[in-house]
Amino acid sequence: MLETHSLTASYGQFKALFGIDLTIGAGECVAIIGANGAGKSTLMRSISGVLKNAPGMVVHKGTPIGDLPADAVLQRGIAMVPEGRKLFPSLSVEENLLIGGQIRRGDGRWTLETVYDLFPILKERRLSPATALSGGQQQMVAIGRALMSNPELLLCDEISLGLAPVVIRDIYAALPRIRETGAAVVIVEQDITRALAVADRVYCLMEGRVTLTGPTASITRDAVHAAYFGDAA
Amino acid sequence: MIWLDTIVQGLLLGGLYALFAAGLSLVFGIMRLVNLAHGDLIVLAAFIVLVVVEATGLNPFLSALIAAPALFAFGWALQWFVFNRVLGKDILPPLLVTFGLSIALQNGMLEVFSADSQRIPAGPLESASVDLGAVTVGIMPLLTFASAVAVIFALNQIFYRTALGRAFRATSDDPVTASLMGINPRSVFAMATGLAMVIVTIAALYLGMRSNFDPSIGPARLIFAFEAVIIGGLGSLWGTLVGGAIIGVAQTVGAQINPEWQILAGHLAFLAVLLVRPRGLFPRAVD
Repeated sequence: MLETHSLTASYGQFKALFGIDLTIGAGECVAIIGANGAGKSTLMRSISGVLKNAPGMVVHKGTPIGDLPADAVLQRGIAMVPEGRKLFPSLSVEENLLIGGQIRRGDGRWTLETVYDLFPILKERRLSPATALSGGQQQMVAIGRALMSNPELLLCDEISLGLAPVVIRDIYAALPRIRETGAAVVIVEQDITRALAVADRVYCLMEGRVTLTGPTASITRDAVHAAYFGDAA
Repeated sequence: MIWLDTIVQGLLLGGLYALFAAGLSLVFGIMRLVNLAHGDLIVLAAFIVLVVVEATGLNPFLSALIAAPALFAFGWALQWFVFNRVLGKDILPPLLVTFGLSIALQNGMLEVFSADSQRIPAGPLESASVDLGAVTVGIMPLLTFASAVAVIFALNQIFYRTALGRAFRATSDDPVTASLMGINPRSVFAMATGLAMVIVTIAALYLGMRSNFDPSIGPARLIFAFEAVIIGGLGSLWGTLVGGAIIGVAQTVGAQINPEWQILAGHLAFLAVLLVRPRGLFPRAVD
């Protein structure tokens, strides 16, 4: 459904990605793991249109979309939960969700009701300013907000970062219900165990290059270790 | 009694300043753009309303209603084709562009409308007044103030009750994340400036009916508007009304003491508020 071809990205003089080739199939769950600075978030930002590329570097259903702005990428059914959640502080919880659904694709499953059903705590806090919530609840808002557009591909950038293990477990518990809708999910994680437990396939990034890829079932712990830290580690 | 009258007249004058300021506040609140041409845009709108009045023979209020959609389109295009190109991390380019626009507008209006001072004819409304017992107030100042309250109320409704308002606030918080929600920030900015020009039309209507205007008076209107916005707290719409009222009251009180002090007193009130509350009276929590 989505491919990247020799995707490169840089911030000024600093080159962050060196030719990433990645494939995401419909309904698939793909984990992207790697240490800090490996280029994971840059990859997500490139796919979602926050960073622009040459058109052919990102291809969605046969159409080059590498140069589309983020709002046009969303309209094609690719939604992102950004790193650091990035909720709108001027908006309430419910307004944050509604703004995620401002561009709705068809009459998909996700509505305010189904998001509240997925994360019941949000219904109780729906009128609170979004940034008054705990970190875990804010992450739920960020995920719900992305779901409101009924995406076919959901990009989750570091959704467990800075959260307590029990909260992370609650958030990951929502993943099967998101996948039930047929949406493909990309999970960017530093927590390797967590990522390998839920994903069908994995890509490991190091210093802007893919160092390991394959179905999670066939990947050994040692291989991940070597790919994550480099051979010297 | 004379002081009560002075304060009431000042409050009502504040309505005019709040109208000057509301458009400026809206644009600044959403895109952090300080539009130095705002005063000249008010004068331009006054000339356009006058042209419509003279061409159609309609009363000024209906003429403003006809002018408003055209000025909305003008504001939209100005943002889309000009301001959007210079908005970014650096605040200097938009300042320079609006400064240049201010000069171009003043000279353009001088060329087209001449330096003669003009007035939008409002008929008997110009001198009508109502006796409220303790004070007598002009219908025109009363209408101005009521319009300012109505404009700010309507803007608040748009901001907090509509999808467009949600998009305004989200884009103001974080344009990059807003674009991840399918919002095109450039188009939101264009809508905001279009809306600001509708408010500018209302401000221009009252400016033109209440006093004479000519192509050179824009910058002074900008200063009053700017002071009202700063006193109220950047981005706060009701604060802008309070800011306008404070400048209005300071001016009429100053004028009561000595007619030469009118303008100076308004500026002194502005400085006094800045000394005590540098972020204005009702600053936004997030900035």
